[in-house]
Amino acid sequence: MTTVTEAAPTTGERIAALGRNLISPRGAVFLLLAVLLVAITILNPSFAEPGQFIRFIQRVAPVAIVAIGQYFVIVGGEFDLSMGSVVTAQVVIAGNLIGEDDAKSIPVLLLMLAFGALIGLVNGLIVSFLKVPSFIVTLGMMLALLGGVLYWTGGAATGNPADNFREIGRGGIRDLPVIEILPWSVVVLAAILALAIWFSRRPFGRTIIALGDNATTTGFAGARTWWVKTSTFVISSLSATVAGVLLVGYAGVHPSVGRGYEFIAITAVVLGGVVLGGGRGWVVAAVAGAFALEALFTLLNFAGIPSTWRDAVQGVIIILAVAYAATTFRARRKGHALEAPASHPSPDASQTSPETANQTSPAPGAKESDDPSSARPAAIPSSQRADNETKGGS
Amino acid sequence: MRRKFTVVSAMVGALALMTLAGCTTDPNVAAPSAEAETTEEAVEWFDQALFDKQDAERDVVPEGPEDQPWLQYINAEMVDTSSFASEGAKKACFANASISNPWRQTGWITMNQQLKVLQEAGAISEMETRDAQDSDDTQIADIDYFINEGNCDVFIISPNSTAAMTPAVERACDTGKPVIVFDRGVQTDCPVTFIHPIGGFAWGIDTAEFLIGELEEGDKVVALRILAGVDVLEQRWAAAEKLFDEAGIEAVDYFTGADPAEIKKIISDELAKGDVQGVWMDAGDGAVAAIEAFEDAGVDYPVMTGEDEMSFLRKWKETGLTGLAPVYSNFQWRTPLLAVQKIFAGEEVPKEWVLPQSPIAAEEVDEYLALNEGMPDGHYAKFGGEDLPGYPQVWEERVMP
Repeated sequence: MTTVTEAAPTTGERIAALGRNLISPRGAVFLLLAVLLVAITILNPSFAEPGQFIRFIQRVAPVAIVAIGQYFVIVGGEFDLSMGSVVTAQVVIAGNLIGEDDAKSIPVLLLMLAFGALIGLVNGLIVSFLKVPSFIVTLGMMLALLGGVLYWTGGAATGNPADNFREIGRGGIRDLPVIEILPWSVVVLAAILALAIWFSRRPFGRTIIALGDNATTTGFAGARTWWVKTSTFVISSLSATVAGVLLVGYAGVHPSVGRGYEFIAITAVVLGGVVLGGGRGWVVAAVAGAFALEALFTLLNFAGIPSTWRDAVQGVIIILAVAYAATTFRARRKGHALEAPASHPSPDASQTSPETANQTSPAPGAKESDDPSSARPAAIPSSQRADNETKGGS
Repeated sequence: MRRKFTVVSAMVGALALMTLAGCTTDPNVAAPSAEAETTEEAVEWFDQALFDKQDAERDVVPEGPEDQPWLQYINAEMVDTSSFASEGAKKACFANASISNPWRQTGWITMNQQLKVLQEAGAISEMETRDAQDSDDTQIADIDYFINEGNCDVFIISPNSTAAMTPAVERACDTGKPVIVFDRGVQTDCPVTFIHPIGGFAWGIDTAEFLIGELEEGDKVVALRILAGVDVLEQRWAAAEKLFDEAGIEAVDYFTGADPAEIKKIISDELAKGDVQGVWMDAGDGAVAAIEAFEDAGVDYPVMTGEDEMSFLRKWKETGLTGLAPVYSNFQWRTPLLAVQKIFAGEEVPKEWVLPQSPIAAEEVDEYLALNEGMPDGHYAKFGGEDLPGYPQVWEERVMP
């Protein structure tokens, strides 16, 4: 189970380990983020000023929160394509129901949370009990919600809600030293990220990952799989709701707010090294993926790419980044990219004994995301990765 | 595991492509010749002849009733419609591109109130409307449906896109019944009349001249554009870009999709890069988000051009910034129905019915704010429906007919 050296690691080994971490799929996103932030700072040194940087975090907060929600669904083996439309629907609900009446802020906020939970519940129950692929269920939900918004608004903006409701996304704690303002969005993001990290270390959070790795064994292990799966969709819809609340404040009400968020979130999660299909991933890396994406958009703004080129450049960079994450991941699973292959059986040899691997396959996935420090490739025997591959779907 | 990963990735990729494809406005269904022309247009939207024509039209005093701008016309060449003259109420068939932006929604409400007046006058029996929801394919099907089964006396078409709609409009003309086109144009002169305000170049000239007058050489203008490829919008930018360039103003343009979150990010990044002295918009949707970005960054307001949408006029007044509200005359939505009345009465109408289009300047803001006091933010100040039944409640409630 282990290839860890017996002797205490030397400084050289530590640096090598850090390097391996940074080019490994889970570390790659942090490396990418650092490169992007440095590039932005070179183009525009004022970006690194604390006041500017906190504004950048404020801007990323809604996307990052949506990515956290999407992380739980994806790591549990499903997709939620309805997140963007939930954001849109919540933004429109806030705009239409609150209007200029401050007193309605709290009741409407509660209604929005209830609505978000309901959407997630419906998605989750249909996926769990009617056995419809989540891809289709949430795609349908996306169309239904967008259609509802279109019916309600005719596709055009209504007025912005009362200013005190918008304060959550737009305002913050003012007159602070160094950063001048601590936006509420940043506080909300920090709280949700902390909650997500805590939650994913709880037994329930581990069960989600186990479910994504192998639903059958998780079921045999005694987990109520339908409830675990449904709860991931509720989490994602609620996170989309929170993002919607922040976006109403940050931007205002428009039926285009939230458009494409599901794909930005999925891209962020994949950039963060989370495996589509479930079972492996780290929520912090997913958030880093969201930051890396937004940093990329910002970099393109600063670099002055002509507007007609922008989407193409953006698309190519995202494909390259995701492809890098995917290839390093595959290479690692084959066991010859990032560690010495000599101590392990070759993939050919391991293919002959898949039964042994099946018995233990959920374990590495679950353990892997518990502890980031154990995320080093060396901690996981490559033979099991190879076996996972030959299992043909789990 | 591996296979699942591959399949799932393929599905995500396919869906992403579908989403992207769904957003395109490319007229796939157009005849090959029409498609070739669109490609040429895409390369260069600037048209010197049209630019000069619209530039001159801005200074022309329009003919027609003074207090009814929707019946005025500029430099018109009148056509005889006596062959269409006939008695009785007629059925109008309206192929609408969409009501997916506040400008079209406001116009659509006004049009329906105008319809009520003409129904009471006995000129129009009913109007059957099909909404293409921004889709060329749907609108072509809508027009063909009207031709074959609509039992229409007159076709009113507000084209979704120029090239793609041309063959369908020609088919409608071939029925021998009168065809009225308004707002965006088509590449044929078969309709009886084509109704539109002066146009995009005039908008671009008005706004760019204002900004150039207020700014100094070397100042920076951020141009926020909704989308690419729609002629009325592209012409606005083509004219403004040319004038900025000539005046030595540094202008950088972005596509925003009218998404306020996107607009706010763009302005924040531009402010982080350096000072921004001016903001130019090709439509007022999202103007408030742009102004808020300056507030959030704690810098001075820019010199700005928006549109005559109430949200912009209110924010303009509230902040006291230096601004101009260019107008793409919303009252043009009344004109097609009034044209129906004239055509069946045998009165002559302009072949190309160019309606007046004049921006709202700083000294007029108070007047327009007072006139439209109870109107929602998405309302357009120059909607021209003050004399119609239901004013002002119908526009205040803003329920789509």
